[in-house]
Amino acid sequence: MLNLLSIITFTPAIAAAILAIFLRGDEEAAQNNAKWVALVATLATFAASLILLVGFDPQDTGFQFVEEHDWIMGFTYKMGVDGISILFVMLTTFLMPITIGACWNVTHRVKDYMIAFLLLETLMIGVFTALDLVLFYLFFEAGLIPMFLIIGIWGGKDRIYAAFKFFLYTFLGSVLMLVAMIAMYVDAGTTDIPTLLQHQFSTEAFSLAGWQIIGGMQTLLWLAFFASFAVKMPMWPVHTWLPDAHVQAPTAGSVILAAVLLKMGGYGFLRFSLPMFPVASDIFAPLVLWLSAIAIVYTSLVALMQEDMKKLIAYSSVAHMGFVTMGIFAANQQGLDGAIFQMISHGFISGALFLAVGVIYDRMHTREIVAYGGLINRMPVYAAVFLLFTMANVGLPGTSGFVGEFLTFMGVFQVNTWVAFFAATGVILSAGYALWLFRRVVMGELIKEALKGIKDMDRREKLLIAPLAAMTLILGVYPALVTDIIGPSVTAMVDGHNLALQAHEAASQLAQN
Amino acid sequence: MIGADLYTALPEITLALFAMAALMVGVYGGKDKLAEPILWATAAVMVLLGLFAGSKGLEAQTAFNGMYIADTFAHFSKMIILFSAAVVLVMGQSYMVARGLLRFEYPILIALSVVGMMLMVSSGDLMALYMGLELQSLALYVVATMNRDSARSTEAGLKYFILGALASGLLLYGASLTYGYSGTTLFAGIITTISDDGMSVGLLMGLAFMLAGLAFKVSAVPFHMWTPDVYEGAPTPVTAFFATAPKVAAMALIARVVHDGFGVVPGDWSQIIALLALASIFGGAVAAIGQRNNKRLMAYSSISHMGFALVGLAAGTAQGVQGMLVYMAIYVTMNIGVFAFILTMSRDGKPVTDIDSLRQYSKAEPLRALALLVLMFSLAGVPPLVGFFGKFYVLWAAVQAGLTWLAVGGVVASVIGAFYYLRIVYYMYFGAESEPLDTVRAPVQATLLVASAAIMVLGVINLFGVEGAAALAANALVK
Repeated sequence: MLNLLSIITFTPAIAAAILAIFLRGDEEAAQNNAKWVALVATLATFAASLILLVGFDPQDTGFQFVEEHDWIMGFTYKMGVDGISILFVMLTTFLMPITIGACWNVTHRVKDYMIAFLLLETLMIGVFTALDLVLFYLFFEAGLIPMFLIIGIWGGKDRIYAAFKFFLYTFLGSVLMLVAMIAMYVDAGTTDIPTLLQHQFSTEAFSLAGWQIIGGMQTLLWLAFFASFAVKMPMWPVHTWLPDAHVQAPTAGSVILAAVLLKMGGYGFLRFSLPMFPVASDIFAPLVLWLSAIAIVYTSLVALMQEDMKKLIAYSSVAHMGFVTMGIFAANQQGLDGAIFQMISHGFISGALFLAVGVIYDRMHTREIVAYGGLINRMPVYAAVFLLFTMANVGLPGTSGFVGEFLTFMGVFQVNTWVAFFAATGVILSAGYALWLFRRVVMGELIKEALKGIKDMDRREKLLIAPLAAMTLILGVYPALVTDIIGPSVTAMVDGHNLALQAHEAASQLAQN
Repeated sequence: MIGADLYTALPEITLALFAMAALMVGVYGGKDKLAEPILWATAAVMVLLGLFAGSKGLEAQTAFNGMYIADTFAHFSKMIILFSAAVVLVMGQSYMVARGLLRFEYPILIALSVVGMMLMVSSGDLMALYMGLELQSLALYVVATMNRDSARSTEAGLKYFILGALASGLLLYGASLTYGYSGTTLFAGIITTISDDGMSVGLLMGLAFMLAGLAFKVSAVPFHMWTPDVYEGAPTPVTAFFATAPKVAAMALIARVVHDGFGVVPGDWSQIIALLALASIFGGAVAAIGQRNNKRLMAYSSISHMGFALVGLAAGTAQGVQGMLVYMAIYVTMNIGVFAFILTMSRDGKPVTDIDSLRQYSKAEPLRALALLVLMFSLAGVPPLVGFFGKFYVLWAAVQAGLTWLAVGGVVASVIGAFYYLRIVYYMYFGAESEPLDTVRAPVQATLLVASAAIMVLGVINLFGVEGAAALAANALVK
C-alpha cells in the first residue's frame, strides 16, 4: 500500500470527476445517483483511512506512509502522516459521509453540490497529508474555491456578502503566508517539510524601517503564518467572517466549516509555527494566550446575546477555538494534547450541533430562537440529542468536550495562571449560553401554533447524528483512544521545542558574555 | 556573409514577404472576397514559423553586425507571439465576418505587426529596436480603427496613435541620449562602455526615458491611460490581439534592453521597474473594481498582470526573466480563453460586454461557465490553477533578489484584484436572474475557452514543460 495516502486523498476527486463527466440531466433519478455516488465515494474513503489508522505506529514519531515524487521547480509531491496529522485525516473522512447525508434533501443543483463537497474533501485531506510547503499551500488555498461556491450558490439570504467576506478575508491571510513560504524556500533551499522542521531559521535581531525586530527572521515568518492561521482558526479579533459564513452557509456547509476547515488553522500552528519558529513562538506566546483568553470570554458573552441559533453556535466555536490556541501556545504536553483533543472533539460536537439546527431549520425554515420553544413535547428524541450535545459543548465530564478543556487548562495553568483564570470564567459563560439556548428552544410549554405539527427526527437524521453522539461519549470516557495516538508525537514536539529554546538561550548568553 | 545574415533572420523575412505577397493577391485578386483564405493562410504561416523557431538549436546567432540576435530567449518569445497571434486570428474570424469587419487588410496588418514584434525580441541595437517597435505600433494603430463606422473604434485608434507617438518620442529621446553618452547604438557596445567607464548621468537619463517609452507599450502604471479606452473601443478580436502578443513582445523587449544593454548595473533599473510593477499591480487592481464593462475590466486586469510580470524583471536575475517568461506564457493562455468567451457574448445578435449580462449564465451554458470560472480563479492567482504558479515564480525571484517588500505589496494587491474576478463568478453562479445572453453555437471559441481552462487545471502536474524552456531562454539572455 505504497500509495495509500494518495488513494485516500484523491478518491473523492475521482468520484467528482466521474460525476462531472458521466452524470447528465437534473431529474430526480439523476439527483439520487449523484447523492449515492458521493456517499459511496466518501464511505470508501473512510474505509481506506481505517486501513491507514490500523497500519499506523504511534510510537514512531516520524512521518509514515510517506510517498514522494518530483514536481515542478524543485518542489516535491510528498505526502505523509504523523501522530499530529493522522487524526485530522480520520476526522475529515469520518465526517464527510455524514455531511453528504446531511444534504440528502437538497434539490437545487444537486450534482454540482456533490462535486463541490467531494473536491473539498480531497483538498481538506491534502492539507493534513501534504509534506511540501507549496503542496500544502495548494490544498490550503484551493479549499476556498468550493467553499466560496457552496456558500454562494446554496447559502441563505445574505449569502453573497458572506461568500465574498469569507473568501477575501481568508485569502488576505494566506497570501502573506505565501510570501513567508517563499522566504523560507529561499533561506533553506527546500520546500520539504521534514527538512524544514530540522532547519533553524535565523533569530538574529535586525532593524526594519527603524523598528528593532527581536527574534529576527523567525518573528517575521511567524507573524506571516499567524496572519493566515489566526484568520482560519479564527482568533479574536479576526473572527468576524465566521458568524456570517456560518449563518449563510447551508447545513452541510456549516458542518464541514466548523468541524474541519477551522482545524486547518490549529493544524497549521502545530505543523509550522510551533516547531519551525520556536523562538518566535516563545516571544509571542503571551500575546496568543491573552488573545485566546479574550476570545473565550468575549465571544461567550457575544454568544449569550444572539438571536440566531447558528450564529450562537458560531460564536461558541470561536470560544472553543480559543482553548485550542491557548493549549498550543502553552507548549507543554498537556496543552498540546488538550489542543488536539479539543479540535477533534469540537469536530464532532459542533458538527452535531449544526446538524441539530439543520433538523429544525428543515422543518420550520427559520433559525430565530424566539420562533421555537417547548420542542420536547413533540420531539423527545431530538430533545435528548440536543441535550447531549449542549452538555458536551459546555464541557460536562463524561463527554469529550470536558477532556479537551481540562487538558488545555492544565497546560496553560503551568504557564500563565491568570490566563487560566480568565479562561475558566469562559466555561461558566459557555454553560450560560448553551443551557439558555436549550431552555428557550426545547423546554417549556409548546405554545407556538406553527410548532404544533412538528415531527421528531426521522431515521436518516438519527442515523447521521448517532455516530457523532457515540464518538462524543466514547472519547469522553476513554480519551486514551486519542492521546495514545498523538502522545509520542506531541512529546517529541515538546522536547524539540524546549531544546530549541535552550539552545537559543545558551547562544544569546554566549553572545552577551 | 549577407547570405548567412539573411538565413539567420529567415523567419522575419518569410513573414514579411508573405505579407507583401498577400497584399498583392488581395489588391489584384478579389479584395475582401479573399479575406478569409488570407486569414487562414496567415495563421498557418505563423504556426509554421513558430514551430520553426522552436526547432532552432540552443546556439545564439547574430546577424547584421550584431543588430539582430537569434538566441533561445528570442525563439521562446517568438513562439509565444506567433502561436498566440495565429490563435487570435482564427478565434476572431467568425466575429469579424458576422459583423462585416473582415477586410483582407486585417490579417496582413496583423502579420506585419507580428514581424515588428519578432524584430523587437531579436533586436541587438537601438535602431533595430525602434524599427521593430514602430512597425508593430503602426500596424496596430490601423487595426484599432478597423471598424471605420464606429466613432468609438476611430477614437480608440486615434488615442492610441497620439499617445503611442508620444511614447515613441520619449523612447527615441532616451535612445539618442544613450547613443550620445555611449557612442554606439549596439547593446553590446553600450554594456562595454558601462563596464569600462561606469554609468554616467546621461546614460541613466537615457535608460529612464527608454523605460518610460517601453512602459507605455506594456501599459504599466502611470503610462496606462490609453489601455481601457483602446480595449473598449477596438473590435473585440483586435482587443484580444492587443492583450496578448504585443504585451509579450514589449515585455521581452524590456528584458532585452535592460539585460543586454544595461545588465552590469541592475541596481539602476531594477528600482524603476520595481516601482512601475507595484504601481501597475495596485493601479490595475483598484481601478478595475468600478468597471462594469468586460473589456475595460480585462484592460485593467492586464495592467495588473503586467505589473506581476515586471516584478520578475525587477529581480534582475535569470530566475526573474524565467519567471517573467513563464508568467507571460500563462497570461497569454488565460487571456485567449477569456477573450474567446467575450467574443461569444451577444444578445439579439449584437455584441454585449456588460458583466451584468452574465447573470445566471451557468444555467444556460454550464460547461462554458465552468471554464470561465476556472479562468477567473486562475487570473486571480488562486491555487491549484496555473495562474498561481506564474505569480509564485515572479514572487520567488523577487524575494530571492531581496525585494520582499515588492512581493508583499504584490500579494496584498492580488487580494484586491481577486474581488472583481470573483464578481464575475458570482454573476454567473449566484446572481439574480436577468435577460439571458443568446445561445450561440461558436465551436472555435468554445473549444478555445475550454482548452484554455483545461490547461489551467492540468498544468498543475508539470506546467507542460514551459518551465524548462523558459529556464533555457532566461539563461541565454542573462549571462
